[in-house]
Amino acid sequence: MMNTTSNTFSASSRETAANEALPVIEVCNLCKEFILHQQGGTHIEALRNVSFHVNAGECVALYGPSGSGKSTMLKALYGNYLPSSGSILVRCRDGETDMASASPRQVSRLRRECISYVSQFLRVIPRVSTLDLVAEPLLAAGFGEEKAMGRARDLLRRLNLPERLWDLAPATFSGGEQQRVNIARGFCRPTPILLLDEPTASLDAMNRKVVVELIHEACERGCAVVGIFHDDDTRRAVAHRSVVMSRPGEHA
Amino acid sequence: MTEQLPVLRAESLTRRYGERLGCRNVSLELWPGEVLGIVGESGSGKSTLLNMLSGRLTPSEGRVLYRDAHGADIDLHALSEGERRRLLRTELGYVHQNPRDGLRMQVSAGANIGERLMAAGGRNYGKLRATALEWLDKVEIAAPRIDDVPARYSGGMQQRLQIARNLVTGPRLVFMDEPTGGLDVSVQARLLDLLRRLVRDMDLAVVLVTHDLAVARLLSHRLMVMYHGEVVEQGLADQVLDDPHHPYTQLLVSSILQG
Repeated sequence: MMNTTSNTFSASSRETAANEALPVIEVCNLCKEFILHQQGGTHIEALRNVSFHVNAGECVALYGPSGSGKSTMLKALYGNYLPSSGSILVRCRDGETDMASASPRQVSRLRRECISYVSQFLRVIPRVSTLDLVAEPLLAAGFGEEKAMGRARDLLRRLNLPERLWDLAPATFSGGEQQRVNIARGFCRPTPILLLDEPTASLDAMNRKVVVELIHEACERGCAVVGIFHDDDTRRAVAHRSVVMSRPGEHA
Repeated sequence: MTEQLPVLRAESLTRRYGERLGCRNVSLELWPGEVLGIVGESGSGKSTLLNMLSGRLTPSEGRVLYRDAHGADIDLHALSEGERRRLLRTELGYVHQNPRDGLRMQVSAGANIGERLMAAGGRNYGKLRATALEWLDKVEIAAPRIDDVPARYSGGMQQRLQIARNLVTGPRLVFMDEPTGGLDVSVQARLLDLLRRLVRDMDLAVVLVTHDLAVARLLSHRLMVMYHGEVVEQGLADQVLDDPHHPYTQLLVSSILQG
């Protein structure tokens, strides 16, 4: 069961403008069930009939207790989890794609051109420097080396990551430093869709504030943002609306 | 990004060894710039598939079409041995698990690289040597080692040299059979980093066979999981590994030791 609540931050003028166009993301009756073959074929129902939409320039928070499927939902939006049924319409650039039934190649292309994702933890690649790691999504999207590196430096600077760390691989960084590298990597490209999985979880107040600013800027340029936010303050500061989620079978 | 055509297409490939099925009814398409990982345990048919895809093993049924640099579809198994060898030296590459199978161990590193360039038409000695040096640098082998024979190299260096030998002619499609297989973990990391960069910079299409899921995740865009000669699951690499559906894939993923 779900409902959508507006909170006080909602800028009504922005919403009206955005509503004139079709939503950028439209999730309809999404279900996800995991079948664990190694554990006697146990079925785990993670999402049941989840529906919501996100307009351009809007930040929507997935909100609910742990186990309510917030992360599963976000991963389905990125094509990392395959839904069991339902649809996820994504409208971006030249057309409309259903992430729930798209081919791997279509999902790859959407990720390259339209969707940025900040995962909860940084997946460190051995030997790859912080700067290269942050610039990589831009390079993969076809941006030139100079522009990609420039943007990577700007973001790392804004997120207060000491410059002496930029040429090092982040394997030995602290949790908060790794998370800031992850955020820089996720915000690097100006994509029309941005997915955030607890981006501020391991950050101090100063860097939380930077992330809030980055999210505001993304919305201002028309990005559709979906996020899970660790703390209520951050959520109130960035979300125009919340999608309240609960464990399938339980009411919100 | 312009819509491209696949560089490789396999249609219903089947290979029988007498009564036994090595590989059954596998079809796939591979695009420029894409790395397709084929994973599965020993005996799952991944090497049989790789050998058919690269034209080294004749399928019992099905065909393999390679789209060459001029846009012509070439049936790899309908080529004469000479034509196939010419392609394998120029537009295609094959990186063996054991560098000894892909290098000439008794000629110098420079000659190992130069030889492939000569096969592709290079004649000027000075240019050949300059290009060889450039490639040694790309694969992080120090210039003074150019005249050493690979037998004097470490395993990791041999593998990097084999990669340089394969890539020097600017191939469009490269087959890799457990390229990091016999290497220490630290040496592996260096090779993986190198491969990732070269694949991106050269817009290479790669078919990568590996039993190492971490390697598959790091290098592949898409994955095919093979079990008993059949593809039981395929999709985006992270999707297959994070949300595996087939019982065998779930077993594979759950067997990874958490570091």
